[in-house]
Amino acid sequence: MKKILVCLLLILITFSFATAQTPKGKIEIEFWHSFSGALGDKLITLVNKFNSSQDKYYINAIYKGSYQESMSAAIAAFRAGKAPHIVQIFEVGTATMIAAKNAIYPVHQLFKDVGLSLNSHIYLPAVRSYYSFSTGQMAAMPFNSSTAVLWYNKDVFRKAGLNPENPPKTWEEVKKTALLIKNKGASKIALTTSWFSWTQLEQFGAIHNIPFATRANGFLGLDAQLSLNHPLFVKHMQNLVDWQREGIFTYGGRDSQPDSLFISGDAAMFIGSSATYASIKRDAKFDWGMTYLPYYDDFIKKPWNSIIGGAALWVMRRPDTTKEQYKGVAEFFKFLAKPENDAWWHINTGYVPVTLEGYKYAKSQGFYKKNPYMEIPILQLTRTNPSANTRGLRLGNLPAIRIVIYEEMEKAFQNQQSVKEAINNILIRGNKILREFEAIYGK
Amino acid sequence: MKSHPVFRNKILPLILITPQLLITIIFFIWPSLQALYLAFVRTDPFGLSIKFVGLANFVNLFSDKYYIQSITTTILFSLIVTLISIPISLLLAVMVEKPIYFKKIFRTLLIWPYSLASSVAAVLWILLFQPSIGLITKILIYFGIQWNYILNGTQAIILITLVATWKQISYNFIFFLSGLQSIPKSMIEAAEIDGANSKQIFWKLIFPLLSPTTFFLLIMNLTYAFFDTFGIIDALTKGGPGKATETLTYKVYVDGIVNFNLSSSATQSVVLLILVSILTALQFRYLDKRVIYQG
Repeated sequence: MKKILVCLLLILITFSFATAQTPKGKIEIEFWHSFSGALGDKLITLVNKFNSSQDKYYINAIYKGSYQESMSAAIAAFRAGKAPHIVQIFEVGTATMIAAKNAIYPVHQLFKDVGLSLNSHIYLPAVRSYYSFSTGQMAAMPFNSSTAVLWYNKDVFRKAGLNPENPPKTWEEVKKTALLIKNKGASKIALTTSWFSWTQLEQFGAIHNIPFATRANGFLGLDAQLSLNHPLFVKHMQNLVDWQREGIFTYGGRDSQPDSLFISGDAAMFIGSSATYASIKRDAKFDWGMTYLPYYDDFIKKPWNSIIGGAALWVMRRPDTTKEQYKGVAEFFKFLAKPENDAWWHINTGYVPVTLEGYKYAKSQGFYKKNPYMEIPILQLTRTNPSANTRGLRLGNLPAIRIVIYEEMEKAFQNQQSVKEAINNILIRGNKILREFEAIYGK
Repeated sequence: MKSHPVFRNKILPLILITPQLLITIIFFIWPSLQALYLAFVRTDPFGLSIKFVGLANFVNLFSDKYYIQSITTTILFSLIVTLISIPISLLLAVMVEKPIYFKKIFRTLLIWPYSLASSVAAVLWILLFQPSIGLITKILIYFGIQWNYILNGTQAIILITLVATWKQISYNFIFFLSGLQSIPKSMIEAAEIDGANSKQIFWKLIFPLLSPTTFFLLIMNLTYAFFDTFGIIDALTKGGPGKATETLTYKVYVDGIVNFNLSSSATQSVVLLILVSILTALQFRYLDKRVIYQG
């Protein structure tokens, strides 16, 4: 009997914690996100700040697992008529969300319908363009954004007799540096990269101003085809495969798996997300630096802006939503875009500020004097105005295409096939994925 | 001999089975019907447009060379895991049943891995085998073996097999142990009096008596390797490199949750459903005939 009572008590306690009640008289807005740990705490702080800044709306932020998981959860919830009002979707899900016309509420439309103004020009061009329709109107609200950068281990540079304040700028210099590090035995791994497709093809294409896919990287229509057979892509892939064989590049696995190789001090140079900042700052037990993405200077003299990664906030349609709730959503978005809030998020998480005013605000606080590296991602994103090739990607099922790229390049790295065959297979399989997407959505 | 328990009240048994029935309907029957439906349509993930396509999804699936490759990978993987883990666990169970010191400690240690969640187990193995920082990697490199399961498909399969086998040994061990304990001592003693040596006792007496357990474990291990190794694969290789470790179950996940191709994912689930049904039918038919009841 005692045991049963204890059990009942435990169940009661769990439930009382699980059902955080909306304060009486407030309009509840459901917000699904994918931030746990330190980032989750920061997000909750921001949401709480909004909740206490006014007494009309209450944002209920709910953690729904990884980006992948919360996206499928939101889709399943939509099918059941219970979609969240706001959901955080990673950048590669953009095409899928935009194609689902009746499931999403484009933010430019939302602001218009609730009678609030939305000035899209306050956002960084590279951020805004990724989440806008080809007409320039915003589909989603930019939120946590990052870009790819080159990280390097200054201690290893010193050990190899290199100037730690002069990191390599071009791929030619990267190769020379890596070779030197390898020959002097200064580090186990000379160069590695996370998010292979994102950093070595998507970002790479942007900064060299060459298209990843036709139809302006898919922005102009669902009938886009991959254009990864561009000679520069082929050359770069061939170099990486050759360098892997020569021991100056190490393929460290998929997605963010290689992050740990740099953080542990095993890799001297590492191309990854600028948002790795938080964990590098916390865990790396060596002197590190960050610099711009390398480029081929025999192809382009001045590299273009890089593109973003990260996620945006999407508004979903839900039958029982009132206009007041949508108004609350718009108010929350306006709150996030305020310079002081945008800068706070940037300073505390390592993501770039999404508004120009937020950037200025952080600057005026002297943030970049103390953290010079934190400005590099912003400068890289804004160094040119986006061209058709540097706006971002709008390709259906991009996550599936990325997996194909992993698979085919892994085979090339194992010498099971040549780079030419790998690229050819990526084109065939990738285009098939694009055609499947077109068959489902294109009418 | 047969005695059917009889309920006077006709409603009581219904009430008693309702919870289980509800769980089965909500979590098994309903999703299966959904999958069956999705296997015959083409749809976007949001369900905004749905078009009946007949058997097209099945035709696409079986003309996809990567699906056929995945079938081969899965069958090979399952067979190897089963064929390695059963003999090892039988050997361990027989050894622990002998009068040895620290019997209980050995027993506990051998059962331990089973209580670990797959993904936790995978993390332990990553620490051992990670190509750059793994402990065993260093030993392998010392012996001149270039260990890199992230790029080498064969090594990836070996690692996955190793982890799955290691986890499954504990499970098999428990069943063999209880099987051994249920063999009456008198039979073994009688054989000893007849002059049989320990080898003969094992092969002529213990092994045949354990055959129902062995057969049960054969089916269970195959099912485990087929359906329960998702956590290990997801944490260790995510189906790669290439598609070297993409088993059928992992492919259902990738196509459905990562690639949002619900129709293909549902079609694959239906194929798997048919497969499980066959395995289960086999188990029931064969086990019913072979079970040796004691007592």
